[in-house]
This record gives sequence, C-alpha cells and structure tokens, in this order.
Amino acid sequence: MQALVVAAHGSHLNPDASDPTYAHADAVRETGAFDEVREAFWKEEPHFREVIRTLESDEVFVVPLFISEGYFTEQVIPRELRLDEWHPAKWDSDGTSASQVTLEATDVDKTVHYCGPVGTHDAMTDVIVQRAETVTEDPDVGEGFGLAVVGHGTERNENSAKAVEYHAERIRERDRFDEVKALFMDEEPEVDDVTDYFESDDIVVVPLFIADGYHTQEDIPEDMGLTEDYRLGWDVPADVDGHRIWYAGAVGTEGLMADVILERAADAGADLGDALEIVRANERAATGTDSSELESGTDTGAGAGAGAGD
Amino acid sequence: MADATTDAVDALSAALEDRADATIEFDGLSLERDGDEYVLETPEIDPRRVDADDLPTALDAVAAYATNWRYWQESVGGEGTYRRAFLRWCERAPIAQDGAGAPTEDPLAVPERYAALRDGVDREWGQLSITARFVDVAEPDGERVYDLWHVDDAGTDLAELEVSDDPREAREIATYDEDGRYRPLKTAPTLPSGWAFTGLSGDELVEAVEFFYPATVANWHRELRGNLDVDHWRETAERQTGIYDILDELPREAVDWVAEACCVDSQCLRRREWEYEAGDDLEPPGGDGPFPCREPCSLVIAAARQWTVLESEDERTYELELTPSERNQLEELIEAVADGRTDEIREADVNDGANRYRARYLRAKRFDDDGALEIRERSASADSE
Repeated sequence: MQALVVAAHGSHLNPDASDPTYAHADAVRETGAFDEVREAFWKEEPHFREVIRTLESDEVFVVPLFISEGYFTEQVIPRELRLDEWHPAKWDSDGTSASQVTLEATDVDKTVHYCGPVGTHDAMTDVIVQRAETVTEDPDVGEGFGLAVVGHGTERNENSAKAVEYHAERIRERDRFDEVKALFMDEEPEVDDVTDYFESDDIVVVPLFIADGYHTQEDIPEDMGLTEDYRLGWDVPADVDGHRIWYAGAVGTEGLMADVILERAADAGADLGDALEIVRANERAATGTDSSELESGTDTGAGAGAGAGD
Repeated sequence: MADATTDAVDALSAALEDRADATIEFDGLSLERDGDEYVLETPEIDPRRVDADDLPTALDAVAAYATNWRYWQESVGGEGTYRRAFLRWCERAPIAQDGAGAPTEDPLAVPERYAALRDGVDREWGQLSITARFVDVAEPDGERVYDLWHVDDAGTDLAELEVSDDPREAREIATYDEDGRYRPLKTAPTLPSGWAFTGLSGDELVEAVEFFYPATVANWHRELRGNLDVDHWRETAERQTGIYDILDELPREAVDWVAEACCVDSQCLRRREWEYEAGDDLEPPGGDGPFPCREPCSLVIAAARQWTVLESEDERTYELELTPSERNQLEELIEAVADGRTDEIREADVNDGANRYRARYLRAKRFDDDGALEIRERSASADSE
C-alpha cells in the first residue's frame, strides 16, 4: 500500500487558505493511484505531527505544498513528521533542485519519501503558463504579451527568489512570451513598478503563491495599482499606466497543480498507474467547460494569509 | 440456505485451505479442518465433527457467525488497524487489545450484536452520533452500513437534515460553526448540526470521522493499546523554532494558565494528557473529553507565543479612578468575553456589566480622546524618586 500526504501551511484565521490543498488532494484521490490520500497542515488538522499515524500504508509519499525550499521544507515539516535522520544536505539541492529523500518516521513503522516542494518542480513551469492561459482565456497566449512571475522574496531566505527566477528563466527559454520577468513583493525588482519592466501592452501577472490570501488578494493588487482598495475588486484586464494587466491570482489554485504533486511523488518512486493522464484529462475537461475560475481576479474574499516564518 | 450464507461458507472454506494451521477462531466461531472433516464450535454449540459435505448445512445453523466472520475478515480487513478497532467499537464488538484494557464496557457477542444491528447500534464520538446497522435488515447478510449525524439531531427527522453520502462533505461542515465563524480547532465543541450521512461503508465512516476530528481515532487506538506517545509542554516548547523559538521561556505557572484558558472541556473535546513535564503535572485537570490530546496543538502554541511575550514584561502599578460599580463592571466584561457570553447579553439588559450600552457608557466616561483608559503609572514615577 502507498499513501500520499499533501503537506501545507493552513491558517488559524482564514478558512480559504486550505482550499487548494483539499482541491488538489481530491483530484489525486479521484485517480485512485494511492490507497490513501491525506491533507496535513502546520496550522490546521491533521497537524504534520499526527498525520503519518493516520495511515495504514507502509510507503508514504510526503509532498510539501510550498513554493520554495526553506524554513518549512527544511526544518519544520521534517521535524514535525519526526524524520529523525533528516538533514537538508540529504536533498543535495542548490535551492531549486530537491527531489526526494527516503527516511523512517520514528513514531510509526513506516517509510517516508520526503519530496521537494511543488513550487520548484519543473512541471510548475507549465502550471504558470497554464495560469496565464486561464486568466486570458487564450490557450495560445504569448505573442504580444509580457509575463511577470511574482514571488514574495525575502532577505531571510534566498531560495524564495530562486524558485521564481528559475521558472521565469525556463519560460523565457521557450520564447513564447515577448518578455518574461521575475518580480517580488519584498525585494528588487518590485511588483509595484510592474509596468516599468515591460514594453508589451499586455502583461500577465502570475503570483507564485500556493493559496489566495492577504498577499495575492490585497497587497499585490493594490501595490500594482489595479485597485485603490482591494475590497472594491479589480478588472481583468485592468488598465495601469497604458498597459493592460491580466492579474491571475495565486498559481497554487490552478487545477493543474495536482499534476505537479503527482510528478513529485512519481519522482520519489510512487506507482502512479495512469493517474497523470487522468488528472490532465480532468483538468482539460474542467478548463474547457468551466470558466468560473476566470472571475477569481475580482473575488474580493480575502483574509489573513500565512505570515512568513509563522 | 440464503445466498449470503453460501458465500460466507465458501469464503470460510477457502480461508481454511489457505491457513497453515487449518483453524479459524473469530468472535466465538471456531472452525478447524482435520482431513476431510471439520470441527465446528460456537458459544452456543459444543465442538462437533462435521463431514466436508455437511459443512454448509452445519454452518447455516450458525449463519450469523459465518457472515460476521466474512464482514470483518473480508469487507473490513485491516487487522490491528485503528480503522478496524473503531468500527468494532461502533457495534460494541470486543476489540483485540494486544494486552491493553477493554474499550467497550459490556461488549456484545455475535447473537446479541446481530439482534442489535437490526435496529442499529448507536455510539457517540464527540459531537458525532454514529449508528451501525445491517444493510439488509430483513435478511442480514452480515454487511454493515453506518449513519452519522450531530448528537443534537438525534430526534430530528431525516427529511429536515442535509443528507449526504460523500465523506468529503464533512470538511465543509466542520469548517464553520452555527454562526458561520471559522473553526480553526476541529475538536472545539462548536460543530454545527442539521446534516446527516447515511449508508456509509466502514471505510467511508472512518474517513468522515477523520475529517470531523482528525487523528482522534488513531490516538484513541494508541491509548487503548497503551502506547499513546505524549509530548509534554517542555519537550514541545523546546522543539519550536522561528517565531515560536521563545516558547520555552514561558514561566512554569503561566503554562497552568494556558491550559486553563484553552484546554478545558468548554473549549475542546480532547482530554489533555500532556503536563508541564513528566512528573510535574499542571494544575487544571485534563478534562473529560473523549479523545486523548498528546501534545499542545498549534492553536495553543500560537496563543502561548503571545503569552510568552506578555509574560516577559515587568509588572507595574497603575492608578485609575473607578466607582465600585465600574470596577465590578470591568470584571464582568472580562468574564463575559472569556466565556463567550457577549452574544447572549440582551440589548436592554443594562443590569449586566457586559451589556453593550454599559460598555459604551464606560468608554465615553473613562476613555480619553485617544481611546485609552485614563491611567497613571505609579511605579515608574516611584522608581524615579
């Protein structure tokens, strides 16, 4: 038997913070690839601390639903899962290349394949592009468009910016968009000045965040000048300084994220059967027939998001 | 012979073939293969030797034992798992304990359980009410299904409830309380009522219960087996990093207050098993909750961080003018907020110190233009003299 644990931050304050986690876990559940699928959280229940014991499977694949390698993936999650043999060096990563490491959880007799975060997986590049397609309702979006991948950025963790730059570079190499930039909230180049960095009239802005919350639904839209007050909502696209800004909201809410979770588990040796094909087919069906997600840019429902280091 | 019994007999025979010791002992049924003969025994019948050809007829006479065996061994499976133990608890079946105490007072033997499962066996798990019953009441084939609803809805007609058969909907239900407020603590005694799950399989029941009360079944099962691993306050606090790194600086006596504030029956259905450290118990009792709590939860950790900062401050002496009634009112205000009583105070009940108009009057009279109580700090000036 094999189990999948999707490990996410969650929130004590905002009930929506865990929505993407549940949605992607459900998408994986429906493939039947895993005997058990469990959501686990730092700030909700089941807590990281208890989740492994709720599984019957001997083989457990833990995929952190986090954007970058750093404090949570290197310290908090392995510690709370009681992976005593863990050390960040076992990932042998340059900051974006963690794949997996196999360990024993010490409170249960189980083998845990501890995977790198979803945010740094190569498949994440496709999700960012997909997000641009979703928000523009154009499966061929690219020509005449600039793409901004936006990260939090923080001086405390250089890996946070690395993940954003990594995907921006990979998309740039595809020559699909006229321009691709990595922008940040808390470091240069800043998303506040997004129009300064693009010549293209149309700019798709995709925040590399897991869940929509304070940053993606309040801070960033106001900082970019999409709206005076996030509670009033904003247009997609919105006119800013002669550019059209197509603001996409958190990339982590994109349905294709379930694909990245599966890819992470597969890289760690999980037997997926045809799960990847099922998830992609379901996703195609969902995006082909349901455009409700496109309204997310004007969804003003927001709450306190996960604070850094929290 | 009913089809179900035939199937169960076939399954039993096949299982015996596969077993090295050629013996099945389960829930009072004993069946042993000895060459072409079988030895059959239940609490109701003495051991009897039965020809292979006569086995179906013999087992039909104890059909309940045969179909019971098939349900537990083939439909449920998972020997030694919390899932199986929980489902057995649901119908008051004996639970094999690996040497630990009995979880079910007055466990029911198979004939009693079969009688009870026709009407449904009711159990409570926190604010959940669970009924185990036969799928086919008229002609039970051993297969059970489970219904699940809020204990407050025990007397409510099913037609008045939101009925579902998808365990995942438990997540939605558990997210908000009756007033639509977010429930970050799943074991808070604030689960809303008005819903029901009917006809769940055993696996689906456990899945739903796990969505309502995550990890409670697994820890209950550990406690049953005597291997619940408790992490006391000190271990948990010392493990913390980042912004929670300061937690181990919270004074010993303040941890008592943390437990009194957060870990009592009025706030959480879990029963606190953790103490300050092994051999140093906290003052407040652990409560009577049904689920063991094995370490401070993330809410307690987050709140305790605030209190660690607060406790790091030195005490000072303040001076302010209040009438005796106003002083009493301050106490009533704190009590009302701490007990979550503010919503219950009637708008015109000006006898209550926490009445909104009373509070607004106090603010109008005693707060200065900056919205702060007019207070003089006495100790600071005393220090400077």
